[in-house]
Amino acid sequence: MRDVAVIGVGITKFGELWDVSFRQMMIESGARAIEDAKIDGKQIDAMYVGNMSAGQLIRQEHISSLIVDHAGLVPIPSTRVEGACASGGLALRQAVIAVASGIHDFVVAAGIEKMTDVLAEQATWELAAAADQEWEVYEGATFPGLYALMARRHMYEFGTTEEQMAMVAVKNHHNACLNPCAQYHMEVTVDSVLNSSPVALPLKLLDCSPITDGAACVIVAPAEKARKFNDTPILIAGTGQASDNISLHSRPSLTALRATSEAAKKAYKMAGVGPNNIDLAEVHDCFTIAEIMAIEDLDFCKKGEGGKVTQEGETAIGGRISVNTSGGLKGKGHPVGATGIAQAVEIVQQLRGEAGKRQVNGAEVGLAHNVGGSGGTAVVHIFRRGD
Amino acid sequence: MAAPRFWREIPNRYNLIGTRCGNCNKIYFPPRYICPSCRRMGKLEPYKLERRGKVVSYTVVYVGANGFEDQVPYLLAIVELKEGPRLTAQITDCNPSEVKIGDEVELVFRRMGEENADGILYYGYKARLI
Amino acid sequence: MDVGIVGYGVYIPKYRIRVEDIAKVWGDDPARIEHGLMVCEKSVPGPDEDTATISVEAARNAVKQAGINPQDIGAVYVGSESHPYAVKPTATIVAEAIEATPHLMAADYEFACKGGTAGIQTCMGAVEAGMMKYGMAVGADTAQGAPGDALEYTAAAGGAAFIIGKNGGGTLATIEGTYSYTTDTPDFWRREGGAYPKHGGRFTGKPAYFKHVLAAAHALLRELQLSPKDFAYATFHQPNGKFPLQAAEELGFTKEQVLPGLLSPTIGNTYSGAPMLGLAAILDQARPGDRILVVSYGSGAGSDAFSIVVKDDIEGKRNSAPKVADYINKKIYIDYPTYAKYRSLLVR
Repeated sequence: MRDVAVIGVGITKFGELWDVSFRQMMIESGARAIEDAKIDGKQIDAMYVGNMSAGQLIRQEHISSLIVDHAGLVPIPSTRVEGACASGGLALRQAVIAVASGIHDFVVAAGIEKMTDVLAEQATWELAAAADQEWEVYEGATFPGLYALMARRHMYEFGTTEEQMAMVAVKNHHNACLNPCAQYHMEVTVDSVLNSSPVALPLKLLDCSPITDGAACVIVAPAEKARKFNDTPILIAGTGQASDNISLHSRPSLTALRATSEAAKKAYKMAGVGPNNIDLAEVHDCFTIAEIMAIEDLDFCKKGEGGKVTQEGETAIGGRISVNTSGGLKGKGHPVGATGIAQAVEIVQQLRGEAGKRQVNGAEVGLAHNVGGSGGTAVVHIFRRGD
Repeated sequence: MAAPRFWREIPNRYNLIGTRCGNCNKIYFPPRYICPSCRRMGKLEPYKLERRGKVVSYTVVYVGANGFEDQVPYLLAIVELKEGPRLTAQITDCNPSEVKIGDEVELVFRRMGEENADGILYYGYKARLI
Repeated sequence: MDVGIVGYGVYIPKYRIRVEDIAKVWGDDPARIEHGLMVCEKSVPGPDEDTATISVEAARNAVKQAGINPQDIGAVYVGSESHPYAVKPTATIVAEAIEATPHLMAADYEFACKGGTAGIQTCMGAVEAGMMKYGMAVGADTAQGAPGDALEYTAAAGGAAFIIGKNGGGTLATIEGTYSYTTDTPDFWRREGGAYPKHGGRFTGKPAYFKHVLAAAHALLRELQLSPKDFAYATFHQPNGKFPLQAAEELGFTKEQVLPGLLSPTIGNTYSGAPMLGLAAILDQARPGDRILVVSYGSGAGSDAFSIVVKDDIEGKRNSAPKVADYINKKIYIDYPTYAKYRSLLVR
């Protein structure tokens, strides 16, 4: 098995991109990644594209063919990967496996979602397709509803407060202000979060990530070849993926995502590091409670202490472990299929020292954590500076 | 949801018919067709659960799911049935402020929605505080 | 005839709206309405309820109280004027939900407010003929009252299910006889596709309700050679609180005999559920040996009269399912805008 490195990254602005179509977004992020990698497009051997819902949102399936076609890269193999909101992370993992196995050399891992060509209610409705249609959605469950069930239980079992959840949003909006690509460039306060309109109590509007358009792209290559393109290639030292029951009610715990802990365990093992070695992490904060649970499940703190740790500022930029320096899904935006790749883009930029005002000083090891649905899928990647 | 898809699940939705593994005796609702523990050794048979349980968690939904927009705010809960399995169900006929984790509930037969104005009606279970 | 009631079950939705809250909207005088109709509040079905869901809960209560195997139920008939479908029976939904399927007869009945009692008569005949061990008749409605119409004050929701079987098989009351009086009288109707029923105003009184109720009652009493003093209770169809008291007086029954079965003052007119809920309320308190007269009325028009005698078994049986009073007392008041939303008067 070969070591794998990231040689290029590209990302569009995230937001309501009225003027930009699905295919335009993909081309834009792909072109930036190729330029960043300083390779020729013709060197790309294969591509994996993460996307959750093009079929419902723009009535387009077979996007693997659409994207490779408009990228001018036929006849290379192109595959669409879907795992709800983990689609991007899964696409990255497929690319890593393809390169590590020796089957391909230069592989694109892309992620994309165009969510604003339909009304917001419909986009929200499509996200619910990630839950169990027969036994959750039929009963009136919504995505925020499922995470709210987790939040209420987390509050009941550990005393986590709505204020602590709000602090996740405050931190991530602050970080997003420092990120030119982020959807939101506005600070929020704990009070504004607590007073925002109810969505599924205890989750309110500002506890929830938004509806976003966006695309992101990374190019991976064998580490031995990567040094030809880059002085500090960023190694993907570990990858781990795991599954859990699709329905929240089937799981033994409502306050932990087993898929996250399982995936993290595998990634840590492969990378030969532990949670204490991680300098920064992009975690899946689709809702504020999700970040609190994620930092527990990734073992950055004990189960039940995620709220306290956040409150005490340990996850701010430069804290014990900087979490979601990009602004996270909350502040940066959550174009579903693109998120997993966008997380990788942020980690790579941070480890290269290119993160501008959001830079975590001396960052050596980063982690990206991407979840599908209410936790049925999770994928974790660990990145390390290659010198 | 088209007619055959709804119809197939009538015994499960109306009468809480789940499955039980004849090998390890574990009871599943919603029904499973493979016992995750016993796998090939498992023998899944229909099993009727009692319509009683308790609230494990709940939320008050203000932005409703498709078809439930006119019922907001509504209570959505995870209910742990007497026999062990948990399911997701609304809690009907009560004020959100009346519900606590641990409350006993019974499952009642209620209208869950309709395909559209000309389509079939969907029925199923909701929870009600005892 | 040697048939009786094996068990019964009821259901009334939790929501109530007061007459005064409706009167406020239309500029009516609530005191005058309450006094004239003898109704002060009515039951309202929740947004997730309909005639099928009401029938199912009543039917499940009946099966539980009767303590029988639902597979022994040979027929289910549901009488209503608010079936959820115009074509596709409510009876099959109920039969499935009580696990009585697939070996049984079933159909829906419509005869304004007496579809349920018609179902009881059908079950009596089929059981007596040996066609089946038990038959279930349900009367239930989520009645439609046009906004601003007098009926809006009383059109309510509720239902009851009765299981009929041979007395020898174990019954809590025996039905000693039944008599029906039927004519073609257009006093109250709803056309196919119409949202609300229409009625003939004062025409619904003497030539309709009273003619049929009194005729059926007289004929049954004559046939059984009984008089009002032989009865402990009487319940007449109750479109409001006044009509049944008037009918009782004309037939020679006292207020005391009628009041226990008079539910419309607190829940309104549950249409097909009304006569059967009235009977259930009486059975909830009657003693062995008590004789009960039930006279339903369905516009269009007809009355079914029954003479029922309570047996010893009733004491043990009736505590195993919720009683009428349990449902009447479990209530939440709603205001007119909420009522309008629940009744689909306000649609997004």
